[in-house]
Amino acid sequence: MTTSTPERETPGTPERETPGTPARETTDSATSRLTGQSRSLLAGPDRGRVNRNALRGRPRLYTSYAGDSALLNTPAKRWWTLAVILLALVLPFWLTRDLSHLLSVAMVMAIAGIGLNLLTGYAGQISLGHPFFMALGAYTGAVVAGEPGSIVIGWELDLGIALVLAAVVPGLVGLVVAPLATRVRGLYLAVLTLGLLMLGEQVFKQWASVTGGSGVGRAGALPVLFGNDLEQTYAVGPLLIEPHVSLYLLCLVLLVALAVAARNLARSRTGRAFAAVRDRDIAAEIMGVNLLRTKTLAFVLSSAYAGVAGCLYAILIGRVAPEQWNILFAINLLAIVVIGGVATISGTLIGAAFVVLLPRLLEWLAPWLPFVSTGSGGLITIFQLESILFGALIVLFLILEPRGLFGLWHRIRTYFTTWPFSY
Amino acid sequence: MGNLVTAVLAGLGDGAVYALIAVSFVIIFRATGVLNFAQPGLLILGTFFTSVLAVDQGLPFWVAVALAMLIVAVISMGIERVAIRPMIGRPVFSTALVTVGLFIMLLILAFRLFAARARTINDPWQLDQWCLVQGEGSCTVAFYQHHAGKIVVVAVVLAVLGLWLSRSRTGLAMRATSLDQEAALAQGINVGRMFSLAWGIGGALAALAGILLAANGSVVQANDALFALVALPALILGGIDSLRGALVGGLVMGIVSALARTYQPVHAPWLGPNFENVAPYLVMILVLLIRPYGLFGTKEVQRV
Repeated sequence: MTTSTPERETPGTPERETPGTPARETTDSATSRLTGQSRSLLAGPDRGRVNRNALRGRPRLYTSYAGDSALLNTPAKRWWTLAVILLALVLPFWLTRDLSHLLSVAMVMAIAGIGLNLLTGYAGQISLGHPFFMALGAYTGAVVAGEPGSIVIGWELDLGIALVLAAVVPGLVGLVVAPLATRVRGLYLAVLTLGLLMLGEQVFKQWASVTGGSGVGRAGALPVLFGNDLEQTYAVGPLLIEPHVSLYLLCLVLLVALAVAARNLARSRTGRAFAAVRDRDIAAEIMGVNLLRTKTLAFVLSSAYAGVAGCLYAILIGRVAPEQWNILFAINLLAIVVIGGVATISGTLIGAAFVVLLPRLLEWLAPWLPFVSTGSGGLITIFQLESILFGALIVLFLILEPRGLFGLWHRIRTYFTTWPFSY
Repeated sequence: MGNLVTAVLAGLGDGAVYALIAVSFVIIFRATGVLNFAQPGLLILGTFFTSVLAVDQGLPFWVAVALAMLIVAVISMGIERVAIRPMIGRPVFSTALVTVGLFIMLLILAFRLFAARARTINDPWQLDQWCLVQGEGSCTVAFYQHHAGKIVVVAVVLAVLGLWLSRSRTGLAMRATSLDQEAALAQGINVGRMFSLAWGIGGALAALAGILLAANGSVVQANDALFALVALPALILGGIDSLRGALVGGLVMGIVSALARTYQPVHAPWLGPNFENVAPYLVMILVLLIRPYGLFGTKEVQRV
């Protein structure tokens, strides 16, 4: 085949330039056969590029460090992410109002869960005080962008400002708390953060001008984003964007941005420092990781995530009372992290969806479960069944699959990629 | 002055119970290295079984107490066998989370059990009090009998426990296990049985603490389980692995809480109602600022 090519060529045509290329490729492959390496992988501007044919069927063939540690480092991940985001964009137009509201709540809990996962999963600092920072965010948002009432203050500023401040204020409080939290370790820290939660609840109950007071609560921020009132219905082309859809989209955009940011952080120098501190903090310190700075950063970041989530949560739920940021809320957040998968972002997303949608699922299933009652009689109510299931799932996942739902998915994936061999 | 003495006496009474709860945490922590967040659940189950046995079945109070402690000890040992034993060798954090999961399950179980009707435990003290100093018309310095009862019961139980741990063969084996599991194993100690035993004792002590908490003639609810969380700052104040620390921490927190209850509504009303429930946490945070391992806790020494 190659011999026929020069015969067709006529001298003087511009195609004269090209014949060198196939020749070089053949010599390249010849040397690569000799040395076992391809020159094109080692140097030059094309470094790290390989023939597409070589990549086919080998999704984990990496030819550069950048490719290996990329955010979406396999084609499958790229396609799945794209598909999930597209599906998430379409869903609210298709689902009923209260289901898309539920999904919005799941996304907000996912933001909070990602924050907690940064602190607990990646940096290994167990915290039961996360709802305290969520509450800070919620009330910051409500004060900055909320409606003033007879007791409560509200400045009615734009939601854009409120969201930024809802991240900054809890972040600053986290910065103040962090030096104390970095002094104590392990279980002492768990109880310390529990103390923070209790003290915070007391403060919030008393500070009626901000929180509406004990048992009363207040509405969240007004959803006016960049001058657009999200309570109105907008028409974009043929699409009608109703209020619940626009809130959903707001949550989705923030979730995607924050999740990508967290995942990006996790693969960076800082993320590796987090993991080093989690695995053995003294060893990390010896290797030159600044413990104080790393732990403080983890605290501040996770508080900021919690703050944004709290602000959105207050908007979605409509009314937040100081009592609801309690230890049970903290356990719910921990359940999201544990059931989803410790130190994975995608796991946290699955976990949040699972934890928020489980009650609805049980409600659907209730007619088929004979021992569940909707009234006061019967063996157990839906709420009780749901709580017991939470507890049982936390226990079961930790004992049987410490990597959570993400781990289950990982097992399934490994089974199929290595089929017919079992590893 | 009268107020102060009354408050301190009441604080000692409550503090004795906190100390008992803290000791039950410490026993479990020292043996298995687990901070058992499920302890409030065991505590409220103890109260429930006492109520069933003493009120519904009409057994004598102390018999009911002993039986309830036994039942809860068995439950606690079962929990250890099913949920905690598989977690050996896993990070402390994971095991603590397992107990958090257990806490929710036990709490919901308690809600279900208590839902039927208002329960009391028919304790011998009720609301009787001794008047130590008689003022004009009313009592200036009062000492509730249930507080005295709590102090006596806790003192006896802790003394027996301390003697048993320091003198008996099993107690010695248990302390050896908490020092070094592998070395204990090499000496022929059945470490698994020690784990079970520690959880059994921890559960029984928690049940007793629950009974004592409820022993003031009032109605018990499932929510009272959360009172056990007040013992957490006491535990941390004393140091998570120190029996002496648990005792001191419990008494201190009891007095702090009682003083807050007496003086805060008058002198600092802006701190809000129920401040006495969070005051121990405030003290705990202040102490942790100075001593990160509590007053008597062992500083963690690690090999890297």
